[in-house]
Amino acid sequence: MTTEASTIGWTRDEMAQRLALDIANGLYVNLGIGIPELVAKHVPEGRTLIYHTENGLLGMGPSPRDGDGDPELINAGKRQVSANPGAAYFHHADSFSMIRGGHLDLSVLGALQVAQNGDLANWSTGEPDAIPAVGGAMDLVAGVKMVYVITQHTTKTGEPKLVESCTYPLTGRGVVDRIYTDLAVIDVTPDGFQVVELGPGVEFETVKAQTGAPLRPAP
Amino acid sequence: MIDKRVSSAAEAVADVRDGATVMIGGFGEAGSPVELIHALIDQGVRGLTVISNNTGSGEVGLAALLKEKRVSKVICSFPRTANSTVFPELYRSGFTELELVPQGTLAERIRAGGAGIPAFFTPTGVGTPLGEGKELRTIDGREYLLEYGLHADFALIKGRAADTHGNVLYNKTARNFGPIMAMAAKTSVVQVEHIVAAGELDPETIVTPGIFVSRVIEIAKPAHESELVAAGVTYP
Repeated sequence: MTTEASTIGWTRDEMAQRLALDIANGLYVNLGIGIPELVAKHVPEGRTLIYHTENGLLGMGPSPRDGDGDPELINAGKRQVSANPGAAYFHHADSFSMIRGGHLDLSVLGALQVAQNGDLANWSTGEPDAIPAVGGAMDLVAGVKMVYVITQHTTKTGEPKLVESCTYPLTGRGVVDRIYTDLAVIDVTPDGFQVVELGPGVEFETVKAQTGAPLRPAP
Repeated sequence: MIDKRVSSAAEAVADVRDGATVMIGGFGEAGSPVELIHALIDQGVRGLTVISNNTGSGEVGLAALLKEKRVSKVICSFPRTANSTVFPELYRSGFTELELVPQGTLAERIRAGGAGIPAFFTPTGVGTPLGEGKELRTIDGREYLLEYGLHADFALIKGRAADTHGNVLYNKTARNFGPIMAMAAKTSVVQVEHIVAAGELDPETIVTPGIFVSRVIEIAKPAHESELVAAGVTYP
């Protein structure tokens, strides 16, 4: 399976690029840590997005060169960033009012599991010895207008991440709108998972075999 | 004449008592009032409940306060950092209790506490382990959780500048929890890089009005947590 996965489908950057194609000009967007952050690199020419980081900045710009940063200008992953022209700073209650109040257009997050009804698990594997940490993920999925997940289609050991129902603790119930994996773009519909687009060289049957819930082909 | 200045970090935290609830500003190192936390360590107080978004890094600031076993409970959204084992060890040993709160719920509980709102309903956490045991209410067809406001005896906050009336300005994303924690604590202490006379800050630009601030202390060159950690500094 690993050999196959390395020759078909999208790389992480290509997944981010594919997702970026679906974001309209001018949207207010929150990108999670990890693969979601790559989306900013691939926004098509001519489109401007306004990035929100929940620690109090709208209009987040790229990381500065080493030595040019300010330890008090960081993103939610605690990396130094910059503020674009037109940026604004605000406190945490205002920041989460933007999130919970439905003012942000899009949240892009990673996932441990997504269920066919849109349930998302992305904050805890529930292992008893793990230090539980949730951050802002539950607020983002509860409040932002659209929630896109970007993730490998399966775990490192080949287990499906798209499942009938999540076995890991939930981040939110019925919150995911669309999933971008290395194999396909998949919508969460009232009738379950539906393929929107297959990655390059990917057969529907291949995706179906690696999905832990019923999957409908693209219409 | 109103003058909220105190002359030292030690004086600023001298009356924090054992068992107090202390809100500590900051998101990671941005806005972490390192000097006030170190003064609290020096002061010797124990059995604290700390309300803060994180649990510190390395063995300075908030992580040092934890390591010195001064904190019996933390109310927090993300008690994990790549470079600190302090909190995980205290949590696993059972010394420090954790109340895990989604970040937006944490912020709103603090804001509510400061705004005279005892509780509120939020959609965050419905159907998740963090919603278990909480009162559910359906409003306009959607489910919400009842969450309670948070109060503290003290808030320790880092700003950039203040005036003698306690009006405060912040630096970039170091603002984070500062303004709402200042509202929610009986005694709010703000360390800033410089303090000016009342009247020298433009009233249109004030972020935290002085009514929410009890004490201001000038720390002209505050330490950055990441620089202390990179240099291998530990406190005390």
